[in-house]
Amino acid sequence: MNLALPALVPALPALGAAATLATGKKAPGLARPLAIVPVAVSAVLALVVALQLGTGQTLDVATRLTPTGGPDISLGFYLDGYSSLISVLVGLVATCVQVYSTAYLKQDPRYPSYAALVSLFTAAMLLVVYSGDLIVLLVGWEVMGVCSYFLIGHHWETEDARSASLKAFLVTKLGDVPFLFGIFLLGADAGSFRITDVLAAATEGRLGHPTLIALLLLGGVAGKSAQFPLHTWLPDAMAGPTPVSALIHAATMVAAGIYLVSRLLPVFLLSGAALIVLAVMAAVTMIGSALCALAQDDLKRVLAYSTVGQLGYMAGALASGDREASVFHLVSHGAFKALLFLAAGVVIHAAHTNSISAMSRMPGLRKRVPDAYWTMGIALVALIGLPPFSGFFSKEAVLTAAEHAANGEALTNGLGPASAVPEAAGWVVLISAALTALLTAAYATRLFLVAFHSPAGAAAAAPQVLPAVDGATVVADHEAGAPYSPELDEADPATAEPPAMRWPLWVLAVPTMAFGVTSLRTDWLPALLDGGSLRPSGVTAVTGTTLAVVGMLAAYGAWRSATARLGAGRPAPAAAGRVPEQAGAPAVEVIVADPGRTLLGPLFGPARHGFGVDRLYHVLFVRPVVAAARLVRFLDREVIETYVRGSGVGANLLGRAVRLAQTGNAQTYLSALLAAVVLLTVLVAV
Amino acid sequence: MHLAYPVVLAALLFSVGVYGVLARRNAVLVLMSVELMLNAVNLNLVAFDAWLRDSLHAGQALTLFTITVAAAEIGLGLAIVLLLFRARGTADIDRATALGDPAESLAVEEAPNGAEELKGQAAA
Repeated sequence: MNLALPALVPALPALGAAATLATGKKAPGLARPLAIVPVAVSAVLALVVALQLGTGQTLDVATRLTPTGGPDISLGFYLDGYSSLISVLVGLVATCVQVYSTAYLKQDPRYPSYAALVSLFTAAMLLVVYSGDLIVLLVGWEVMGVCSYFLIGHHWETEDARSASLKAFLVTKLGDVPFLFGIFLLGADAGSFRITDVLAAATEGRLGHPTLIALLLLGGVAGKSAQFPLHTWLPDAMAGPTPVSALIHAATMVAAGIYLVSRLLPVFLLSGAALIVLAVMAAVTMIGSALCALAQDDLKRVLAYSTVGQLGYMAGALASGDREASVFHLVSHGAFKALLFLAAGVVIHAAHTNSISAMSRMPGLRKRVPDAYWTMGIALVALIGLPPFSGFFSKEAVLTAAEHAANGEALTNGLGPASAVPEAAGWVVLISAALTALLTAAYATRLFLVAFHSPAGAAAAAPQVLPAVDGATVVADHEAGAPYSPELDEADPATAEPPAMRWPLWVLAVPTMAFGVTSLRTDWLPALLDGGSLRPSGVTAVTGTTLAVVGMLAAYGAWRSATARLGAGRPAPAAAGRVPEQAGAPAVEVIVADPGRTLLGPLFGPARHGFGVDRLYHVLFVRPVVAAARLVRFLDREVIETYVRGSGVGANLLGRAVRLAQTGNAQTYLSALLAAVVLLTVLVAV
Repeated sequence: MHLAYPVVLAALLFSVGVYGVLARRNAVLVLMSVELMLNAVNLNLVAFDAWLRDSLHAGQALTLFTITVAAAEIGLGLAIVLLLFRARGTADIDRATALGDPAESLAVEEAPNGAEELKGQAAA
């Protein structure tokens, strides 16, 4: 294979980013082609590379980049079916996002820098995917983190965006520190940073501390992929522009952690403890985030919590030892979650609000954004996991993997013995995944019904387009006390669906609907990966689908009863106390038929605020850090500066004492002189 | 004649001169005391010249020098005293303290310090 092709895949978007940054101010007209073309060409090249590589092949070339005294750092590719699949996904989603952004950020003055950062981000992700060396991979990993920081803070005029970008940066870096040490330890144990050597060392059992390495690496994975202890940054990251959420926080960056674990799965299989930790992490993440998603009022936060939960599925599949199922779910989730976010962007532009309860009061919203309405429906069904959409197949693959692991016959596909996966990990993942399937169906149904099918909207049936509401009303519009990540939005509601925003939706809808079918025969998708079967197995398929249907029906039933109560003029008792009481706000009664309130009952309040994890972290980490900072300021201002000021004051006082002698009387001076002479004479003489 | 007589006399004269310089208030009297001290030195020079039997009489020569210098000095000094008297209406040396650095001027100099402290607080 011509090595220039895979080299160009990550290089082109990086060059495009540099060109956009260089010319953005002087030639704004060039920004759009410079943003789209390199990314699109690189997506095509990724596809060509994947086709040339074919199935069951690996390409491993490297050149020594720099000697370090320890293990050398090399620049090289390690391409196999996994990298082919994910690079094509990254290329596809990035191209869609770039096209979509041209319309979404049409009036944004900072569009060129935005587009450059998205391109740079794409380049970094492709570098992570293609790199055959862990240190080079780390470079891409960190560049992604920085790009994510800048893109979340794109609307830095708002306090939310600023704090969200800082939070995302700090939380992911918190995970990256153990990750870095994990890589060092791995390189030291294996004697090389190259992935092939590391995997060979893991297979031969040459790694001295597999559990420690695996746990350290899991820190970085938890940060990047938003798993339980470090997941808090992702919902807040929704303060960034919606296409960024689609690209970074759904399809690619958060997938990097999963991708890394699947690459290094033989290392993780050496340590049952690490797999159990991963399984518990995934289980807590899945269930907690699904409950949170059921209670959110902000459309994008629902999707963000859903992303966290689906990443939990992938981590669960990895804990069950089946990286095929995990990457399968990663790709299908990448497609449908990007679609969900892009459709959400259209809806948010049209509604001028993120709040689904505010959307539910808008008459005829779904008629104004038909494409977004339909594609969002498709993507939500895929998220719920109903056949024949892609989510069904990938979720079944995860459930099958967990079931096999629970029975002690994990589907490791030759990466390690099946006994390497503890049965407990399988059980934890299986039970939590089944429960999450139910909850996922419930929150997806709730989202769709409340946002688009509200009786208020249908009853009003006003023919005219909703009058453009000014920003202040919109802010007051969402439910009081609910976490909300508003986004600056200058779009005209009348042109909510320009073609550049409509076509990416349908492009992404194709894999959402059809990608799952590729798993049916072992010589299709599985041949590209490890060769194990991804076909849904009987019991889990029936159970999973039943749970999903039950979840949908429960949400629908709760929604119907809440709507009926609302229609009868008797608001739900829980909702009665939620009339907003802000001074000056228009007396809009925020009473919406919200099935989440009925379904969750007393859990609703805590779930809406993420079970207080943020508040806990605030008490545990933020406050001590702020207190320590205050202590440092005190020490600096009051202690160190006292010495500095003291030297000045001392010199001043000394000067004052000397000044006392300067009376101006010559006779006094002479007396002192004489006394001194006498004294000196006596001293010398004696 | 024994050396002790002129030397003791010179020491007494010098002491009187020192006392006059340090304790008299009138500037003219201070100048006169300076003359006393100079002449005590002259007396020493002459006495030692005679006692050492110096063939070149360097002591006497130096005495003549000193007398000349003292004459010039007293002329200059009296002129200064005269100007001082004209300017101030007094020749009292205790009052001529214009070159001193009295403590009252401290308040004026501390003002910029205070301003800097205020600026530091505003920056904080």
